[in-house]
Amino acid sequence: MAQTMNLKMFYFAFVALAVIGVGAIWMARGGGGEPVEVGPVPVNASAFPGYVMGSDSAPVEIVEYADFGCSACAYFAVLTGTDMKNRLVNAGRVRWRFRDFVGPSHPNSLDAHLAAACAGEQGQFWAMHDQIMFNQQRWARDRRPDRAFRDYAAAIGIDVSQFDNCVDEQRPIPQLQASRQEGIDIGISATPSFVIGGRLHVGAMSYDSLVVLVERAEAAARQ
Amino acid sequence: MKHRMVIAVLSLAGFFVSLYLWLWKVGFLGTIACGDGGCETVQLSEYAEFFGFSVAFLGMVGYMVLMAVSLAGLQPHWAARREPTLLLVALAGIGVIFSAYLTYLEAAVIHAWCRWCIVSAVLIVAIFVVGATALIRARTSNIQHPTSNTHP
Repeated sequence: MAQTMNLKMFYFAFVALAVIGVGAIWMARGGGGEPVEVGPVPVNASAFPGYVMGSDSAPVEIVEYADFGCSACAYFAVLTGTDMKNRLVNAGRVRWRFRDFVGPSHPNSLDAHLAAACAGEQGQFWAMHDQIMFNQQRWARDRRPDRAFRDYAAAIGIDVSQFDNCVDEQRPIPQLQASRQEGIDIGISATPSFVIGGRLHVGAMSYDSLVVLVERAEAAARQ
Repeated sequence: MKHRMVIAVLSLAGFFVSLYLWLWKVGFLGTIACGDGGCETVQLSEYAEFFGFSVAFLGMVGYMVLMAVSLAGLQPHWAARREPTLLLVALAGIGVIFSAYLTYLEAAVIHAWCRWCIVSAVLIVAIFVVGATALIRARTSNIQHPTSNTHP
């Protein structure tokens, strides 16, 4: 009898703890540490400025530092990127600037950035960006990732022989190195990182969290 | 029985720690409460993936299994048997080895400390210690009173 009572009390306490845990996680949405002020991101006119989507007159610029090999970057691209493009960039509220930040540790990452940059030479960076991010699982640990990237090049309709030539010559390497160095200079140490309205945010985020940050940046821009 | 209750509670805590890290990683949580940025560095490193799975996600699954076994071990059918405790110790042992490997990576390879990962490491060690202690006590009790009690 006493044991049954003990068990009942335990279950009650266990469920109470579970409810508290769920509540704490729920409360943590959008909470946590404060973003770091980094000021405007310097865009060196003589250096490669990254890939830009959206209107020059958009009041807010989101600068994303990403590594195609990082899983959190792919999560962001898949779960948030599409909404951001359709609902913020296309609506003229946001300009999205993508900066390559190739880390040393993700296998095949450099090949992916080369592929995207080579597609960029033919004006199709964003189409290749989507292919690479949405299919990360396919190429990230493949011994021959170049085959996947060639497939993507063909799928997005660019000249594959010109693409191959660019990849073989590794023409975009200097711009990739410069982009990474500029990131390091403003304090980027992990990907994805975002500079929104002069504040650095580290890690992927939901569309709802992103909108809050964009609204703050819009309000700051109006002042 | 008590040790299984303790393990269930510790597993629940570990589950929420892993859930928090995983939700942050997939972008559900805005920023992570970590202090010095070590969690971001660790969670966004290549070592936060293990055979294509997020380590935080694996942690969630691991703690859920521990929780399920410990709760099942409280049911009348299993309460007096030692198998659930053996299974808990074996599973927690795997968790301890994996946590030791991750802690080594933090210290020697990534050179950053994720506080939530350390909390998780402490929890899995605690689960292992609680389970192992229960097994040892049961064994000692069996040796001293071979006919009075055959179960932990």
